[in-house]
Amino acid sequence: MMRFSTLIKNPADWMTGGQTEHGAVLTSRIRLARNLRRQPFPGWAKSAQRTAALELMRPAVESLPVMKDAFSQELSDLSAVQKQVLVERHLVSREHAARGEGSAVIIERRQSFSFMLNEEDHLRMQAIRPGLQLSSAYEALTALDSELETTLEFAFDPTLGYLTTCPTNLGTGLRASVMLHLPGLVLSDQIGQVLQAVSKIGLAVRGLYGEGTESLGHLYQISNQSSLGESEETIIRRLERVIGQVAQHEHNAREKLLEDDPEMVADKIGRAYGVLRHAHIIDSKEALNHLSLLRLGGTLGFFPRDTIILCDTLLMDIQPAHLQLLAVRKLSPEERDAIRAQIVRTRLQSLQSSDNSTPSEDGPPVIPDPANPPDAS
Amino acid sequence: MKCDFCDAKASVFLTQLVEGQMKKVSLCEKCAEERGVTDPTGFSLADLLLGGITGELGGLTASHPPGTAGSNKTCPACGFTLEDLRRVRRFGCAECYATFREEITPMLRGMHKGASHVGKVPEGLMALQFKHQRLQDLRARLEQAVASENYEEAAGIRDEIHTVNETEKEKLKI
Repeated sequence: MMRFSTLIKNPADWMTGGQTEHGAVLTSRIRLARNLRRQPFPGWAKSAQRTAALELMRPAVESLPVMKDAFSQELSDLSAVQKQVLVERHLVSREHAARGEGSAVIIERRQSFSFMLNEEDHLRMQAIRPGLQLSSAYEALTALDSELETTLEFAFDPTLGYLTTCPTNLGTGLRASVMLHLPGLVLSDQIGQVLQAVSKIGLAVRGLYGEGTESLGHLYQISNQSSLGESEETIIRRLERVIGQVAQHEHNAREKLLEDDPEMVADKIGRAYGVLRHAHIIDSKEALNHLSLLRLGGTLGFFPRDTIILCDTLLMDIQPAHLQLLAVRKLSPEERDAIRAQIVRTRLQSLQSSDNSTPSEDGPPVIPDPANPPDAS
Repeated sequence: MKCDFCDAKASVFLTQLVEGQMKKVSLCEKCAEERGVTDPTGFSLADLLLGGITGELGGLTASHPPGTAGSNKTCPACGFTLEDLRRVRRFGCAECYATFREEITPMLRGMHKGASHVGKVPEGLMALQFKHQRLQDLRARLEQAVASENYEEAAGIRDEIHTVNETEKEKLKI
């Protein structure tokens, strides 16, 4: 079985592929909720019943061909930092991380699929893909669901569909969610308007780490709220259409900003770069917001294209638990801010060497003429 | 930042669009938990929360139909009670959905696009339902055949029932 360190050592496949749609769409996630028909739901089950359910599900999930050499652990066998790292990678929910005995997580080796066992529902399975790929993520996940169906008997009602602990997930048990980077809409003050339109058609908008988290780094998650009364395909098609439109708005907003106020854009990106390149103490909020602008610079051609991947990887690596894992010890917030700044400085060095049109190490950053960015397409 | 409901330090933040305006709600952990905001799965919890503030909390906690208040219905399969349902707004097991069928309808209002499932149906279950239907039909026919002393037909039907049972067993492995 795969070790935790091996699993986490590399960035997930989906973390390094978000270069589509002008970089506005980072990842697509599909989650399906399923429950065993004859077992009480995890939140209501007694400890022995939870264990029994786990013993039914765990071998079934582990024996899926895609889960060959997967990472499989009970939550009680993971340290607090390890759990938090999985949360930061979106591989387990915050609530699942708080669980211990009787709950488990099984993660495919490339981190494209993760299955939470005895979460709020018996089984929460998830597929993550880079860019806007909800349909293919769903196809992959529903195939695994169908495979499990041959060995596990899921709770299903002809009228209410798949039965879930919380009625908000009834029906398809489907939550399709997309992570978007929308700095153009934020800088041009259009974000409120766009998000309002999105929520008007019954979609939910949230921050980086889901329910109840602030929007940081101009990152937004958009997902369906309703799971009953429409087919999976209908839900996904609508979401894909809306996301396509939001991404187009973002693209237009960036073009317009460059046209109307190129100096403001260049100044913001240049300052963000300056801070990230030279700061020695930086908290995660400040780092996220500057990385967001640097990423924008990457999509606008101010920096080489691989800046986007660099930023997406850093986005993960500068999170508190990732830093602690790297340091192999508990860090005080002050120590974290120093190590974070150091990692960012080091990584940005490699960014410079990859393209000589980027700002030079000595003297003020030289930003190319924003009216004619080298690669703004 | 302080919690909007008490003076404790806020650690949970919700952003919701209400009538075209971004509304931010900050809560401390305790208030968030009391309002069920810390749960990851209910995406419409912001609605619940904001609805609660404006006094539109529909359904169970605010106004359950008179007459049901005293009786505490209990799920025969798992012992989950109506009281539990009102408290946590979640169910105890699959059977609860049959037990609390009438309570579910008002809960679903405004939560989903529709009231009945469209989409994927577990194949194994379909086959199982089909098998039950088929067996029921065959047994009815068998009874009829026996009643009308048509023993030749009855024997044929009995064989058919046997075949359905065997093949399905192999295919399903449930």
